[in-house]
Amino acid sequence: MSTVTLASKRRKQALRTAAFMSPWLIGFAVFFAYPLISTVYFSFMHYDGFKPPTWSGTKNWTYVFEHYPFFWPALRNTLWLVLVMVTLRVLFGLGVGLLITKIKTGTGVFRTLFYLPYLAPPVAATMAFAFLLNPGTGPVNSILEKVGIPAPGWFNDPTWSKPALTLLALWGIGDLMVIFMAALLDVPQEQYEAAELDGASAWQRFRYVTLPNISPIVMFAVVTGVIQTMQYYTQPLIAGKVASGVIQGAGTQFEPGYPEKSTLTLPQLVYNLGFQRFDYGSACVVALVLFALSMVFTAFLMRRRGGLNLAGD
Amino acid sequence: MPGISRKAALALAASASLALLATACTGQSSSGADDDASKDTTINFWHAWSAPNEVKAVNSLISGFEKAHPNIHVNVVANMTDDKINQSLRTGGDKAPDVISSFTTNNVGKFCSSGALVDLNPFFKKAGIDPETTFPKAMNEYTQFDGNRCTAPLLGDAYGLYYNKTAFAKAGIKNPPKTWSEFAADAKKLTIAQGDSYKQLGFMPDYHGWETTTEHYFGQFSPTYFDKAGKSQLATDPAFEAGFKLQKKLVDELGGFRKLETYRSKLGDEWGVKHPFHTGQVAMQLDGEWRLGMAVEAKPKFDIGVAPLPVPDDRADQYGKGYITGTITGVSAASHKQNAAWELVKYMTTDTDAVVNFSNAIHNVPSTLAALKSPKLKYDPRFKTFLDIAANPNSTTSPASINGGVYLATIQNFGYDYESGKVSDLKAGLKKTAAQIDTDIAQAK
Repeated sequence: MSTVTLASKRRKQALRTAAFMSPWLIGFAVFFAYPLISTVYFSFMHYDGFKPPTWSGTKNWTYVFEHYPFFWPALRNTLWLVLVMVTLRVLFGLGVGLLITKIKTGTGVFRTLFYLPYLAPPVAATMAFAFLLNPGTGPVNSILEKVGIPAPGWFNDPTWSKPALTLLALWGIGDLMVIFMAALLDVPQEQYEAAELDGASAWQRFRYVTLPNISPIVMFAVVTGVIQTMQYYTQPLIAGKVASGVIQGAGTQFEPGYPEKSTLTLPQLVYNLGFQRFDYGSACVVALVLFALSMVFTAFLMRRRGGLNLAGD
Repeated sequence: MPGISRKAALALAASASLALLATACTGQSSSGADDDASKDTTINFWHAWSAPNEVKAVNSLISGFEKAHPNIHVNVVANMTDDKINQSLRTGGDKAPDVISSFTTNNVGKFCSSGALVDLNPFFKKAGIDPETTFPKAMNEYTQFDGNRCTAPLLGDAYGLYYNKTAFAKAGIKNPPKTWSEFAADAKKLTIAQGDSYKQLGFMPDYHGWETTTEHYFGQFSPTYFDKAGKSQLATDPAFEAGFKLQKKLVDELGGFRKLETYRSKLGDEWGVKHPFHTGQVAMQLDGEWRLGMAVEAKPKFDIGVAPLPVPDDRADQYGKGYITGTITGVSAASHKQNAAWELVKYMTTDTDAVVNFSNAIHNVPSTLAALKSPKLKYDPRFKTFLDIAANPNSTTSPASINGGVYLATIQNFGYDYESGKVSDLKAGLKKTAAQIDTDIAQAK
């Protein structure tokens, strides 16, 4: 075969490969590469959406890191939520999944009961929780006071606002429960039987049979949980607004993070800077911080996943 | 992939990225006011009113306009927030608004400096209307920024004091307080404890007590927010320190921040019938003129009194003034029907009968001097207090800023820290907050 024919064949093959890959390539370019490149680009520009963007160097970066009073509280809150909320969600989801797979009767009822809250729209669910946890009139505090437990301020107290958000997240655990149930039911029964024959206790069966089998699902739950929490926006915003009393009024000042910036998250800053202040440059900086954090968390977890698989093997 | 293909792919990716970036950078379209307002046309009008009676009143206002201008049809969209309006002004398109109205004057600076709304000065000039002699002083001020009049006032809001006359009589108070000292004394007299909470609170001073915002308090102190160079005067004008001290004194004397906040969490919301003033849970309320209609509709079990807000003791001669703000309206810079849009703005903001009828319908303060004096204005005698506040030359407003209401939110956030005791050094706090305001403004430039 001549060199020309071979080159022509290779070119055709490359074109065919590119054609087959094009749906992904186009999606990647439009929905990932372009937004990422333009976010980096605009983070160095002064741009308000009207006048043409102008080069501003590192001004936006300096502003966000040194002068924007909401950035560090929002970062701390976001990291708190990633560590505490994700951990508790995974543990609680796994616990509920385990419990339901062990129940002999009424499984359907319990599955439905735990899954239903997940279907509630986030705004409605948050408003319902703000009502339930209202420190003055909410039924939760009424009950706590009746049994002599000091009632927390929940969404009105900076110490309790994030735990209150975590409770809300645990209430809507239905999605994780279903995933864990499917994984738990998939664990080969003969492995449990063999462990029992070896005299393994319930904890040992869970540690050495269940956990290695479901570790990829645990990792999936953690990684998706981290990404979801990094994008946590609606619930803290609504909770803060409802608790502060600023729930209506088109001219009402935006007050991020009530009380005392404790419910502020990075996505709220992206919205505040980008779509309320129209400081697109600074919003892009915060978006890039979020992106970098997500990458760091994901990379760390993926490395851990490698370790878990090894342990499983 | 062979070398040529790789180069081609890189070139394609680079040009695609550039093309996409270029489209992202286009911003607003330029549009001169070259449409013919006498030809048959349809314009879009977005407003923020949402209550059924308000929406009905807006529709009636628009019907009046369409009768006067049969060739201009108006497509009305209600319940729009500033966020949505700002987005639509940026995106443009057939469904984007030609005329907008917003409840907050805080965004005027941003609307004007960004070029989102057109400067109405040439339109006013062409129509032979002088805004300075048409609108009350404060309203004339808050509708422009740096000489760019990109908005016009569409009814106004005046802030005053609502008081429970029955509770006043029970407490032996004969007249509403005129100075803050009298106010503080009355608020204490009107406060009735119940366990570790209140049966009746004289006044809810917390900055989360809805209309008890920093700018509304400070309005009575006639502060200067910015110097001529545009620098924050928060730390240098003593009015701010006096305002913060007054509010903190009220918070401390009426029970302390935590106790008040716990009580506040038990109260009904601002816009509902169970508003604490309606239910008698607070005896005095700093609020706008709209509260009167809402309070009357709630049929409270007491007589409602209305008065101007008190003034500082050393400004007793200025009693009668108040904080003024209101709804504003403007024409989109992206609109291709700016002359027709101007006709609507002109009608809504300067036609005396239109302004009066709209004011009668939604119980807001008329926004022209002629309408304020109109015999057609129908109102509860108590409403006269707000008309007087609006017309009072000592009444104040907060100035427009390039970054909108960010400076007000920054001051308010400092207020939260100060009232809760998180910040105790007021002077240092004011300096730091002023520096923050200056940095935010520099960032927006």
